[in-house]
Amino acid sequence: MSRSAREDILARIRRAVDGAPEVDIPRRYRATAEVGDLVGLFAERVGDYRAIVHVVPEAEVPARIAEIVAGRRMVVPEGLPAGWTPPDTSGAGPADPYTADGVVTGCAVAIAETGTIVLDTGPGQGSRAQTLVPDYHLCVVRADQIVAGVPEAVSRLDPARPLTWISGPSATSDIELNRVEGVHGPRTLEVLIATA
Amino acid sequence: MSATFLGMPGNFPKNSARAVQNSQLRYNLRKATHTIRGKRASVVGELPDWQELRAAGKAIKDETLRHLDRYLLQLEAAVTAAGGHVHWARDAAEANRIVAGLVKATGEREVVKVKSMATQEIGLNEALAAEGITAYETDLAELIVQLGDDFPSHILVPAIHRNRAEIREIFLDRMADAPPGLTDEPAALAEAARVHLRERFLRSKVAVSGANFMIAETGTLVVLESEGNGRMCLTLPETLISVVGIEKVLPTWRDLEVFLQLLPRSSTGERMNPYTSTWTGSAEGQDFHLVLLDNGRTDVLADEVGRQALRCIRCSACLNVCPVYERAGGHAYGSVYPGPIGAILTPQLRGMGSELDASLPYASSLCGACYDVCPVAIDIPEVLVDLRAKAPHGAAERAGMRVAGWVLNDQARLAAAQRAASRLRGLVPRRLPGPLSAWTDTRDLPDIPEESFRDWWEREG
Ligand code: SF4
Repeated sequence: MSRSAREDILARIRRAVDGAPEVDIPRRYRATAEVGDLVGLFAERVGDYRAIVHVVPEAEVPARIAEIVAGRRMVVPEGLPAGWTPPDTSGAGPADPYTADGVVTGCAVAIAETGTIVLDTGPGQGSRAQTLVPDYHLCVVRADQIVAGVPEAVSRLDPARPLTWISGPSATSDIELNRVEGVHGPRTLEVLIATA
Repeated sequence: MSATFLGMPGNFPKNSARAVQNSQLRYNLRKATHTIRGKRASVVGELPDWQELRAAGKAIKDETLRHLDRYLLQLEAAVTAAGGHVHWARDAAEANRIVAGLVKATGEREVVKVKSMATQEIGLNEALAAEGITAYETDLAELIVQLGDDFPSHILVPAIHRNRAEIREIFLDRMADAPPGLTDEPAALAEAARVHLRERFLRSKVAVSGANFMIAETGTLVVLESEGNGRMCLTLPETLISVVGIEKVLPTWRDLEVFLQLLPRSSTGERMNPYTSTWTGSAEGQDFHLVLLDNGRTDVLADEVGRQALRCIRCSACLNVCPVYERAGGHAYGSVYPGPIGAILTPQLRGMGSELDASLPYASSLCGACYDVCPVAIDIPEVLVDLRAKAPHGAAERAGMRVAGWVLNDQARLAAAQRAASRLRGLVPRRLPGPLSAWTDTRDLPDIPEESFRDWWEREG
């Protein structure tokens, strides 16, 4: 009787590491970063990826969304705050991601140091397909969702949910290392930061 | 395990002699490696705790390897609990059989693929083709390589040996829907690829991926990418099959806080890559299969010195600083793992039975630049020296001695001094004291005389 691949591999591992020393993990890196102006740093770093960034007082967000997406057929994910739902200016009814011009979402958390937004498919964030297939993504980030660095973001997120970390629009550097924005993901990323 | 397959035919001496004589290739490579090198240095310099992250990354990987059996079992349980299916493969043939069987069970004859070293290593595309299944690469560089009937030459930018004019030719020749007026502007070439793959993404029912990390505690898989083809493959198809080396596991969710800082900055030289996807088991109703791959890894694990190669997170930083890689080109290493990491991983995975593999540990000047930039502090020179001692005697040794002669000739003292100094001073050398300073002020490595290199390979090839 031959052993299963699983048993074989596990046995080979046990033999290989037999007697190897135990390892301590030094975690002396920054668990939190000191950032004075989270909104300012986040806006700057998102902008570095050539995304479009606006900083807007919370009360003005609905009007700004309406203005920005005017004339576009937008996917509106379930649970998007009523005020963020753009008026249907196309008259064609709710859009599906395969024919829509774009999608408007909130996010789960945002990272200032890296200019990253993270979606977790929760309310107002859409399914993964809804935020991937349309060519344009407008993401609203509340100032209190912005953390300084990667460790704070990881600890706020739920690994059981499918996560998409987004840092700027889709890009490739595969041709002579020239950065080209927009291959398969949304070619335009617009971020609206809502301050209290 | 001398028969371990690593996805590429090759003859180091011959390929490398060809590479050295190909000035276009050398120009492309040099431009690429120097550009990424500079970007990496600037984003790494931004983090005040880079060395602490690096020390943590190294230790997390070592701890994982020490208890790899336990973490793999924990991972299997978590993936299964989240509705996924876990398969184990001892070698390339077994992994390929498993994947082909899974694809056939769906009734499909086509799969879309997102760039994965592991599936290149096992030659999955060829194995699927033999079973009547077509695998479509969707990463732009992999598409260029696949359409050009070519082999990847760099971990991060596999088509870096091709310039824009060559890419345009390949597209016009091999891509049925390439627009006739296609120019060689990178934006136009990327657009052609976008249009070419769009329909395929929307209709494909099965995708094959690798993964950068797997979290034992939660059963979560993690894929970092740039273009969005990864998101397409991971999200849209009904069935997702991920083939991942057993060493890619990390113990806890929290460990990502280290690796999601180390990898993007070391790899593309960005603060963060455009897209990172994570999923746990069956996400949004998808049928998910994880194939855990050994293929020689447990042999590497058994070697006390060499096992540190399993910490590698495939960032490619060591390629970009290596003077030998820059000259020899990625194809010379005769496996899907080129550069310094290839020089220590390939002979360990495949054994040193062939002259090619036995000579790989000599494809280095031991200058130590690879160690300095490695985000998980793999002491590549240490492993190289150890492998040299273990290499079989005879022809391989003679070949090796000649390489050693070539690289050590004029540079021996400089290289040794640089290495010693960089060790004393911390991990990223900035400036050497005294007469050596002019050398490091250029932030460049010693130039190795091209002629003697070519002469060497021509004699040996
Ligand atoms: S050996 Fe280190 S530097 Fe080289 S690819 Fe692996 S992790 Fe990166």
